[in-house]
Amino acid sequence: MEYVKAFLVGGIICVLVQILMDNTKLQPGRIMVLLVISGVILGALGIYEKIEAFGGCGATVPLSGFGFNLWKGMKEAIDQHGFLGLFEGGFTAASVGTSAALIFSYLASLIFQPKMKE
Amino acid sequence: MKKEPSKQEYNQMVEEMTPKHSCIKNCGKAFLVGGLFCVLGEAMKQLMMNYWDISKKDALLFVTIELVLLSVILTGFNLYGKITKFGGAGGLVPITGFANSVASPAIEYQKEGQVFGIGVKIFTIAGPVILYGIISAFIAGVIYLTAVQWGWIG
Repeated sequence: MEYVKAFLVGGIICVLVQILMDNTKLQPGRIMVLLVISGVILGALGIYEKIEAFGGCGATVPLSGFGFNLWKGMKEAIDQHGFLGLFEGGFTAASVGTSAALIFSYLASLIFQPKMKE
Repeated sequence: MKKEPSKQEYNQMVEEMTPKHSCIKNCGKAFLVGGLFCVLGEAMKQLMMNYWDISKKDALLFVTIELVLLSVILTGFNLYGKITKFGGAGGLVPITGFANSVASPAIEYQKEGQVFGIGVKIFTIAGPVILYGIISAFIAGVIYLTAVQWGWIG
């Protein structure tokens, strides 16, 4: 059942973005920025938590889940360190995803050669 | 002598040449591809939680690492572009789309050097995403901190 829910929630998020893309011609970069910001806002409003409780990875795998994670880290850091947390939370929460992307991509640039676009 | 097409005719030609995208078809593909990435993530999460006794929080982090790795490998073999071409938003929205947008310029611009090639271009998409993620989380954090200090919320 969890798999069906994950498929459903993740699929719906992608469909919403697809509708946005088809109607606005927004570039992928802007789409990703929008997704992360919406994740942060929905997280702060307590809405994304409910989506995640229902959809599991259907909510965390999309980039909006990365935004939600940023908010969770921010809240946790503020609860622990108050003002300082404002400057800690974001990067702490983003650390794993960002590091993984940077490290693997760097290694890939050593291994793979650029190919002609088809 | 060939007559120059009028503006109206030209617009009509452009209209005919532009590939028609059916929104419903695109949405179906996006749903399928995006949904499958999420199911894959869910499967990894369940596997780690049930068989290796990893907490949910850590399992989610492992899922992120695994999906990013998968995406970078697919990008290296020039396969991720095909997924995005087919799935549209379905390839873009998952964390794999983000990883692809980090790996792809890193591989593409390696000839321009370690610093100004890989070092700069690797942040083409990651830069804005991280910047606005951090800024928006900061703003939300300021509001939250203020609300806590003034006793509006718990």
